[in-house]
Amino acid sequence: MLQADDMSPLDVTALRRDFPALHQEVNGKQLVYLDNAATSQKPRAVLDVLSSYYQQDNANVHRGIHELSRRATVAYEEAREKVARFIGAADPAEVVWTRGTTESINLVANTWGPASLQAGDEILLSVMEHHSNLVPWQILARRTGARLRFIELDDDGKLVLDDLPALVSDRTRLVAVSHVSNALGTINPVKEIIAAAKRVGALVLLDGAQGVVHTKLDVQDVGADFYAFSGHKMCGPTGIGVLWARRELLEAMPPWQGGGDMIEFVDRDMSTWAEVPHKFEAGTPNIAGAIGLGAAVDYLASVGMDAIAAHERELVRYAMERMDRIPGLRIYGPRDPAERSAVLSFTLGDAHPHDISTILDSEGIAVRAGHHCAQLVMKRFGLAATARASFYLYNTRAEADRLVEGLETVRSIFG
Amino acid sequence: METPPLTSLYQQLILEHYRNPRNKSELPDKTVEIHMRNPTCGDEIRLQLRVEDGRIADARFVGQGCSISQAAVSMMTQLIRGRSLDEADGVAERFKAMMHGDPDVAKDKGMGDLRALAGVSRFPVRVKCALLGFDALQEALKKTAEGGGH
Repeated sequence: MLQADDMSPLDVTALRRDFPALHQEVNGKQLVYLDNAATSQKPRAVLDVLSSYYQQDNANVHRGIHELSRRATVAYEEAREKVARFIGAADPAEVVWTRGTTESINLVANTWGPASLQAGDEILLSVMEHHSNLVPWQILARRTGARLRFIELDDDGKLVLDDLPALVSDRTRLVAVSHVSNALGTINPVKEIIAAAKRVGALVLLDGAQGVVHTKLDVQDVGADFYAFSGHKMCGPTGIGVLWARRELLEAMPPWQGGGDMIEFVDRDMSTWAEVPHKFEAGTPNIAGAIGLGAAVDYLASVGMDAIAAHERELVRYAMERMDRIPGLRIYGPRDPAERSAVLSFTLGDAHPHDISTILDSEGIAVRAGHHCAQLVMKRFGLAATARASFYLYNTRAEADRLVEGLETVRSIFG
Repeated sequence: METPPLTSLYQQLILEHYRNPRNKSELPDKTVEIHMRNPTCGDEIRLQLRVEDGRIADARFVGQGCSISQAAVSMMTQLIRGRSLDEADGVAERFKAMMHGDPDVAKDKGMGDLRALAGVSRFPVRVKCALLGFDALQEALKKTAEGGGH
């Protein structure tokens, strides 16, 4: 049995019982799952709701008059309301279901983008961005003649905001940055960035894939125009995510994909669009996924987002302290646990991150190795790859200790 | 699946080639060069050959990546120097067979230091690391045979 962590506000021992996948041996050792920034494990509350939906309520939504369709529609739209409440949205209609963060950003790049941009307009990104908040804008820029500009990173992995006044101008139409970096863990001062964008009348999109996961989010308080995130990193199923946007923006945006459910009336040459959010939800959606995400946010809310954030901060502080004592180990990103999420990107001597990951895997420890879909970050630090340990609500100090022991094994092999 | 002991993967000889790679430099009078990358993990090499009279007169590389990918290409350059194109292709085919678990190749002295990589076959996610250099070699041989190597 793992010990409860003294400094944590969570009863982690009890919490861990909610996650069946954590209780297994990998390579003869108790699994230590530290790849949460890639995807989180799922609590029984989510697994059960997926199973009961398919076993009892499975039907298509918004179409049938029959009982199962009614139940499916109610559960699907209730999930939207749950997510809206969870992120502080003013209206459930501002929650558009997508496949995940990537699709959410592509939706904006494909609808708002061509309708709003002209040659010479500028989109401001940062060097920190995940490819999902970079490549869609590269494609859009090529299509419209818009120009991409970038906020640089300092040596601590923080955005160089001193450059902001010079980077935004009346040509800036959109600022698209991550809320929290997936590669470095940096929590960005998004309010400051939003204020700078608003001064020049630009819209702001936040890539929240690592943001909503770890912090209590109130989209109205944050003040962005678009907020994109995935369900699977926050205890929900894969294949479901959200684009939140202010209602008037969604109403002004043209649709993206055409098909069933996104129309109002259809004629031979022209159709009219359904109300938001359905205008952006063509085809049979991921009904079970949406319901599963609804259960996931219920679960997270019941644990308490503030408590989860405090638990992670304490855990990351502890892990950093122990890892810092390993000779040759370098952690990237901010030093202050208050400025970072529970993502620890590191290198260890001349052991390549893939070798680190293979050795840790043989000890039952799952970490990610590679460029983390953030090649601009790797280039900034002159790296090909890093190893990344990312913690979540169910991780413990004992697991951080196991990581440190595993890293000692890496040292003994590469020593 | 149970992972075999790490000692079967991280042989001293592999780490030695990783730390002190052989033939790692630009080849000024190369006749063919292949840039090969593994986009999922970022391993990359540029393999450079000088082919003269149907033989590999020199083989060098530059690159970066994990110990397996870099050691494998270092060992490979040692072995293919002086070989005919067919012989070099044979080495690549033998190595691939070893990565698929062929126990005979692992005992074949003709494979030189490459035998130390036999254990990689038991780590399926790492096999592509070991093959990077050999994929580049076979591309280079193909390009040379097509007459594009000049």
